[in-house]
Amino acid sequence: MKIEVLGTGCAKCKTLYENVKKAVEESGKEAEIIKVEEIPKIMAYGVMSTPALVIDGQVKFSGKVASIGEIMGLL
Amino acid sequence: MLKSFADYIVFTVIGLIPGSHVGEALDFFIYDTLKIFLLLTVIIYVVAIIRTSFPPEKTKRLLSRKREYVGNILAALLGIVTPFCSCSAVPLFIGFLESGVPLGVTFSFLISSPMVNEVALIMLWGLFGWKIALIYIGTGLVVAIVSGIVIGKLKMEKYVQDYVWKMQVGNAEIVTLTFREKLDYARNYTLELLKKIWPYVVVGVGLGAFIHGFVPQDFLARWAGPDNPFAVPIAVALGVPLYSNAAGVIPIVHALMEKGMAIGTVLAFMMAVTALSLPEAIILKNVLKNRLLVVFFGIVTAAIVCVGYLFNAIL
Repeated sequence: MKIEVLGTGCAKCKTLYENVKKAVEESGKEAEIIKVEEIPKIMAYGVMSTPALVIDGQVKFSGKVASIGEIMGLL
Repeated sequence: MLKSFADYIVFTVIGLIPGSHVGEALDFFIYDTLKIFLLLTVIIYVVAIIRTSFPPEKTKRLLSRKREYVGNILAALLGIVTPFCSCSAVPLFIGFLESGVPLGVTFSFLISSPMVNEVALIMLWGLFGWKIALIYIGTGLVVAIVSGIVIGKLKMEKYVQDYVWKMQVGNAEIVTLTFREKLDYARNYTLELLKKIWPYVVVGVGLGAFIHGFVPQDFLARWAGPDNPFAVPIAVALGVPLYSNAAGVIPIVHALMEKGMAIGTVLAFMMAVTALSLPEAIILKNVLKNRLLVVFFGIVTAAIVCVGYLFNAIL
């Protein structure tokens, strides 16, 4: 599984990245977690509010920090 | 009811004398803090629920290929309900332009969204009353609409960074939330926001209470009253570095108004606090060339200063 956290480096984006890391650890699943900070890559997903979460190329949500539990539900 | 509760705590439980400096300041502090937190909790929650129906992707679609004037008005209004944080300003800006939203219309949105925000409105309503809050919304919208129209008329598209026009923008599906999810989102949003702003509110109301209780009446009338022509521009200049602290600044300004600061000066100061910010300027530099950045801040500043003079003259 490939998980991308989209965000230009704001505090919320970092929180989401940490939550994703913990969610993956707790679920015990294999996943590659990538921080995407380049604007062109973020725009390519059509996301207009950061942070956003992309799993295997699909935008799951944007503009919010999801809780660890919420992210585990998406894995 | 809150007032009698505050009176009861201060004058009966603690036993301070009504009319004393300490007693009045503490009474003011307890009453204002309770009132503001009550308003903040309820209204932020309601606004957050409304916002879940206006994700930026939908706002973009509503605004794309809208013409001047109608587009500017709609953009300023949507700025109130679309959630926005300055850290998303760049993707939002590019997304708008790419889907055909005119530059001036995009700016009306970018100006209105941080300025007409719910925290500032609640604080104004709670402390100054609904009339001032409405005046703030109305003039804030006018500033956003007019500034956007002027930027549109100046035809400044070539001062947007070149790469913006070449960007490939994907089409994310609009995720629709169930009602349950909307309530969850609103609850989390409210808690997060309150967690972030509560220290500013307490410190701001505390300082306001101190000024209320200890600073003599009309202390500021000479410097910040309606007769000093420099008060408005100075207030606007002071507002710029105080960005995003509307929650802490409004209670202090409220106390200062009691001591003689003129209403137009108060409004201009508040607008400068919310609408003009250095961090936002730095972020926008990624998508705007210097000339457009300077024009944007110049026009908004000029509009805010006009609002200040106007209300000092008529109220």
